[in-house]
Amino acid sequence: MSERQTIESRLLETWESRAGSAMNGRLHDGRELAMARFREAGIPAKSEAWKYTPIRRILERMPLLSLGAAAEGDTLSAADVAAFAIDGLDAFRVVLVNGRFRADLSDLAGLPAGVRILDLRNAASDPAVVEHLDGTGQEARDAFAELNSAFVQDGMVVVVDAGIVLERPVFIQHVLTAGSPALIQPRLLGVFGKDSQARIVEVCRTIGQDHVLTNAMSEFHTATGAVIDHVRVIDEHKDAVHINSLRSYQEGGSTFSTNVITVSAGVVRNQSYFLPDGENCETHLSGFYLGQNGAHIDNHTLVDHAKPECYSNELFKGILSNKAIGVFNGKVLVRQDAQKINAYQSNKSVILDDTARMYSKPELEIYADDVRCSHGATTGELDQEAMFYLQTRGIRKDDARLILLEAFAADVLDRIRLDAVRDHVDALIRRRLSQN
Amino acid sequence: MLEITNLHASIEDDGTEILKGINLSVAAGEVHAIMGPNGSGKSTLASVLAGRGGYDITQGSVSFQGEDLLDMDPDVRAREGLFLAFQYPVELPGVNMATFLRHAVNSIREHRGQDELSAVDFLKLMKEKAAFVNLDPSLRSRAVNEGFSGGEKKRNEIFQLAMLEPKLAVLDETDSGLDIDALRVVSDGVNQLRAADRSFVVITHYQRLLEYIVPDHVHVLMGGRIVKSGGAELAHKLEEHGYDWIKDEAVVA
Ligand SMILES: Nc1ncnc2c1ncn2[C@@H]1O[C@H](COP(=O)(O)OP(=O)(O)OP(=O)(O)O)[C@@H](O)[C@H]1O
Ligand SMILES: [Mg+2]
Repeated sequence: MSERQTIESRLLETWESRAGSAMNGRLHDGRELAMARFREAGIPAKSEAWKYTPIRRILERMPLLSLGAAAEGDTLSAADVAAFAIDGLDAFRVVLVNGRFRADLSDLAGLPAGVRILDLRNAASDPAVVEHLDGTGQEARDAFAELNSAFVQDGMVVVVDAGIVLERPVFIQHVLTAGSPALIQPRLLGVFGKDSQARIVEVCRTIGQDHVLTNAMSEFHTATGAVIDHVRVIDEHKDAVHINSLRSYQEGGSTFSTNVITVSAGVVRNQSYFLPDGENCETHLSGFYLGQNGAHIDNHTLVDHAKPECYSNELFKGILSNKAIGVFNGKVLVRQDAQKINAYQSNKSVILDDTARMYSKPELEIYADDVRCSHGATTGELDQEAMFYLQTRGIRKDDARLILLEAFAADVLDRIRLDAVRDHVDALIRRRLSQN
Repeated sequence: MLEITNLHASIEDDGTEILKGINLSVAAGEVHAIMGPNGSGKSTLASVLAGRGGYDITQGSVSFQGEDLLDMDPDVRAREGLFLAFQYPVELPGVNMATFLRHAVNSIREHRGQDELSAVDFLKLMKEKAAFVNLDPSLRSRAVNEGFSGGEKKRNEIFQLAMLEPKLAVLDETDSGLDIDALRVVSDGVNQLRAADRSFVVITHYQRLLEYIVPDHVHVLMGGRIVKSGGAELAHKLEEHGYDWIKDEAVVA
């Protein structure tokens, strides 16, 4: 029979064949439910949310992806991942190879009492997992979140107990071997207790060049008074498709900041949902995208202001060249009872040549009457007058271009507060811009 | 130093000719003033010399220190020693003054076969030259021209001139927007930079500036041509009588 199976039926078959080895208890029920919902939703073919990222077509073009291929990373050694370190970053380190927690490559020495960093595989009955896995953002679930939950097994859990201030950041290295076509579905759960503080840095890199689909999902639960800072850097190769669903749930009086830096050569979709579910929450969401040579980078955000007296500030900026496509769709929803909200949103892109494209759609949907909100989007070329000014001071064209682009990116990159990470990202962006 | 011969330039977009046969010769160490009514082509001449895009050079030539200026990219012209003080200096949000000037100074030094300045020496140089034009020290740590007042922007141009030590500086209405004290400071700065191997082309509407920076030659640019040249006294006559008498003369001629 030559008829091609649909992606969904292929996934269902795989899922059924592995059901026996699935984790026990609540997780298992959750997986049944998620699979049922995934089947119902299906991979979007025509949908407003995926208008500029034709995900079904993108996935159909990929070769058969194997879940089992994840195992090819099990033999990776510390030397293989050493190149992915960040200079000068003093952190607790977790290495996830193809989504799998590698305790042997990780360094959690000195983790203080009240902080747990766990392999999700072994943590199914941990109270934090029982309470919070699949606990947030049911409203914003989509086929990919369901799919991740249906297969949930690999990944990690960070739990910071109430009142603990974790001085050293947690550095999570996601490494994809990409030696053969693979589907990787890592899961990250962060549970931050009352008045705790933590900083999470994730870097996603690949070793091989084969086709890989990452369907990642992260959930963050931030309790009252907690202050959490999150950075994710995605730097993958041309044949990597990366879908990353983030769900952030905040209790009142907490602060959650996230900054996603995407410099991948392939397809990336960052879809994030923020629910500040109490008064006096602060939510900072930002991102920078550098799309070159046919890369496709889509940032999709929803801030759901359901409670009054909250502040959210969203800034996404990017630089696109040579057939790259950028997409930004940011929605800020202020529900009727959410009075005295301050919500700001901005998206700015620079297009370096006329083969690159940016689709930007900032949205404000306001049902409360006493709010302060603004949003805006601009897409333009590099300022020629500024280029000329720099050149008249003897600065070479390439250097002038770099100076202006770095200046453009500076305010969003300034939001990375860890100096070592900021320097790492600066250098990475400078390197990529100079190559072009 | 600079030899402009029968220079014609038009706007690329619509072909409108703005410069209609400019001839000008500036020797080393000389100061030339160019005056003329609004829209006569003064800034266009400065732009074409500095290499701004958007213009077609349809006829003529410009040689700078014996080389074909028009053949060089704007940054090469600057490294060869040409400096333009902009009539409207450009704001560069996010570009720190020190970063900007360090790039500029070092690319020019490299071109001259000099070593890069160390961070310490560079800051020392910046401090020294800023004092020279009374540039508020706080401006040195800000983004280039961003939020600078009109006068601060003009001072900043002369500050950059002092930092880059060009062979030929074209000042496009550096005096407009300056109060009388600032005018004196800026003029003093320029006068101190006058040297046997450095020339100036000063574009202005006002005799006032030429009281301080006394030119060797004054030219009147009208309708894209230099219609009259003379000594410093020509500026006085223009101040008193305006440009109409020249127009009449030019029609007769
Ligand atoms: N890039 C351009 N596009 C369109 N018009 C231009 C351009 N450059 C110059 N012009 C026109 O050419 C003419 C000369 O302009 P220019 O700025 O050189 O005058 P100017 O002598 O410097 O005047 P001012 O004293 O007002 O500064 C004006 O009519 C101006 O509008
Ligand atoms: Mg002018």
